[in-house]
Amino acid sequence: MQGLQRLGRIGLGVFERLGRGNLFLLRILAGIPAVLARPRLIGAQMYSVGVLSLVIILVSGLFVGMVLGLQGYNTLVDFGAAESLGVVVALSLVRELGPVVSALLFAGRAGSALSAEIGLMKATEQLSGMEMMAVDPIKRVIAPRFVAGLLSLPLLAAIFSAVGVLGGHFVGVGLLGVDDGAYWSQMQAKVDLREDILNGVIKSIVFGIVATWIALFEGYDAVPTSEGVSRATTRTVVHTALAVLGLDFVLTALMFGDV
Amino acid sequence: MSAVSGASDDQDVVQVRGLRFARGTRWIFDGVDLDIRRGKVTGIMGPSGTGKTTLLRLIGGQLKPHAGSIRVDGAEVPRLRHKELYRLRKRMGMLFQSGALLTDLTVFENVAFPLREHTDLPESMIRDLVLMKLQAVGLRGARGLMPNELSGGMARRVALARAIALDPMMIMYDEPFAGQDPISMGALVQLIRLLNDALGLTSVIVSHDVQEVAAIADHIYLLSEGKVVEQGTPDELNRSPSPWVAQFMHGLPDGPVPFHYTATAYRDDLLAGA
Repeated sequence: MQGLQRLGRIGLGVFERLGRGNLFLLRILAGIPAVLARPRLIGAQMYSVGVLSLVIILVSGLFVGMVLGLQGYNTLVDFGAAESLGVVVALSLVRELGPVVSALLFAGRAGSALSAEIGLMKATEQLSGMEMMAVDPIKRVIAPRFVAGLLSLPLLAAIFSAVGVLGGHFVGVGLLGVDDGAYWSQMQAKVDLREDILNGVIKSIVFGIVATWIALFEGYDAVPTSEGVSRATTRTVVHTALAVLGLDFVLTALMFGDV
Repeated sequence: MSAVSGASDDQDVVQVRGLRFARGTRWIFDGVDLDIRRGKVTGIMGPSGTGKTTLLRLIGGQLKPHAGSIRVDGAEVPRLRHKELYRLRKRMGMLFQSGALLTDLTVFENVAFPLREHTDLPESMIRDLVLMKLQAVGLRGARGLMPNELSGGMARRVALARAIALDPMMIMYDEPFAGQDPISMGALVQLIRLLNDALGLTSVIVSHDVQEVAAIADHIYLLSEGKVVEQGTPDELNRSPSPWVAQFMHGLPDGPVPFHYTATAYRDDLLAGA
C-alpha cells in the first residue's frame, strides 16, 4: 500500500513539474515580442550559447564525418559502390547525425551552462532582485536565451553537417582514393533540398526549442542551493538527451517513414 | 475596480492587517497587524526563523498571503495584477541580504540597470545619475569594479545605490548588517538614516542586530511565533517589563526563549546509551 502511495506521489510530482514546465514555456513565448525589440540582448546570448559552442561542433563534426567516410567506404567498396560515398555521408549527416549529435553536444556545452547560470542567479537572489526592480526576469533573462538557443542550434547543426561532409571527403577522397568528382556529383544528384535538407533543418529547430526550454526550465526551477544547481545541470543533459533521441524517432517516422 | 485606487491612511506607507501565511503546515504569520509610517525608519525584529524576510516578500508582492490585507501606498498588494504590481515596485526599493548584484555587470552598470530598463534617459544623464547615487554611498571610485571584486559591505552599498536609482518612496532592507565588520556596519547604519532623511524615504529594516536597529529606528516591531509580541520606540522596548522583550533586546542566552532545544531529560538520555 505504501509503495502504491509512493508511486502516486511520484506520478503527481512528475505531472506537476510538466505543468510548471509548460506554463514556463507559455510565459517565455509571451515574452518573445518584447525581446525581439531588443536584438542586442539576443546577440549577446547568441555569442555565449552559439559562438562559444563552435569549437566542439567543428571538431566533433569533422571526426564524425571522417568516421562515416571510413565506415561507409568499407561497406560500399564490397558492392563496388564506393562512388556513392558522398551520398551516404551527406544523407547521414543532414538527415540524422547533424541535428541529433549537435543537439546532444549543445545540451552538454550550452544547455548545462544555461541551467547553471540561471540556477545560480536564482540562488544568489539576482532574479528576485530583478523582480523587485520591476524587471520581469522572464523577459529580460530567460526569453533572450531561449531565442538565442532556438536560432543557434540549426546554425550549429548546419555547420556540423558541412564540416562532416568535408571530413568524409578527406578520408574517402584524400586517403582511400574515391573519385573526387563522383563524391560531389552523386551528393548533388541524390540529396534533395526539401526532402533531406529542409527536414533536417526542421529537426534541428525542434531540438533547439526543446533543448533550450529544458535547460532554462531546469535552471529556473532549481532548488536554490549548490546541490540543487548541480542536480539541475545533470537533469538538463539527461532529459535533453532522452527528449532529443525520442523526438528524433517521432520526427523521422513522420518525415521519412511509413510507420 | 483597480486594486490600486483604494484609499489608505496617508501617514502610513504600509498597512498590514490580520496577515496569515503558512509554509507547509506551519503558520509563519498568524494574525499580524503593523503599520509603516511615512518618512520614518521602522525596524522589524525577532529571532531567526520568525519570517522577517518572508514579511518583506509579502509586502513586495513576491508571495501571496493566505489571509489578511497588505496595503502599500493605498494599493492592496495581493490583489494587484502583474502590470500594476510592477508599477508599484518601481516606487519600492529592496536591499537583499546578499546584495543580489548582477554578477556579469560592473558596479556602474548595476546601478544604471533600473534606469536603462525603465527610462529613455540619454546616456550622459544616466552617467550623471549613477555617479550621484554612487557618490551618496561613497563608492564613486569603485564604478569600474565587478561584483566579485567587492567586499560584502561594499556590495550592499552598491545595491543600496541601485535601490535608490529610481528615487523610490520606500526601501526595504533585508538583514543589512549581517556578517559586516564594525566599520562597514557603522557606515551602513549611518547611511540608512542619512538617506532616509535626505531623500525623504520610508525605510523598513528587517534585522536581528538589536543595537544597530535601535540606534536608527523610529519605531520597532518585535515578531515571534507568527505574531507581533511588542512594538514601540527603541526606548520603550528597552524599558519593557516583558521578560521575552528584555531577553531579546539585551541578548540574554536564557529566558522565556530557552537555550536548550526541547529534548528528553538529560539524565535519561545519557542512561539510555548505557
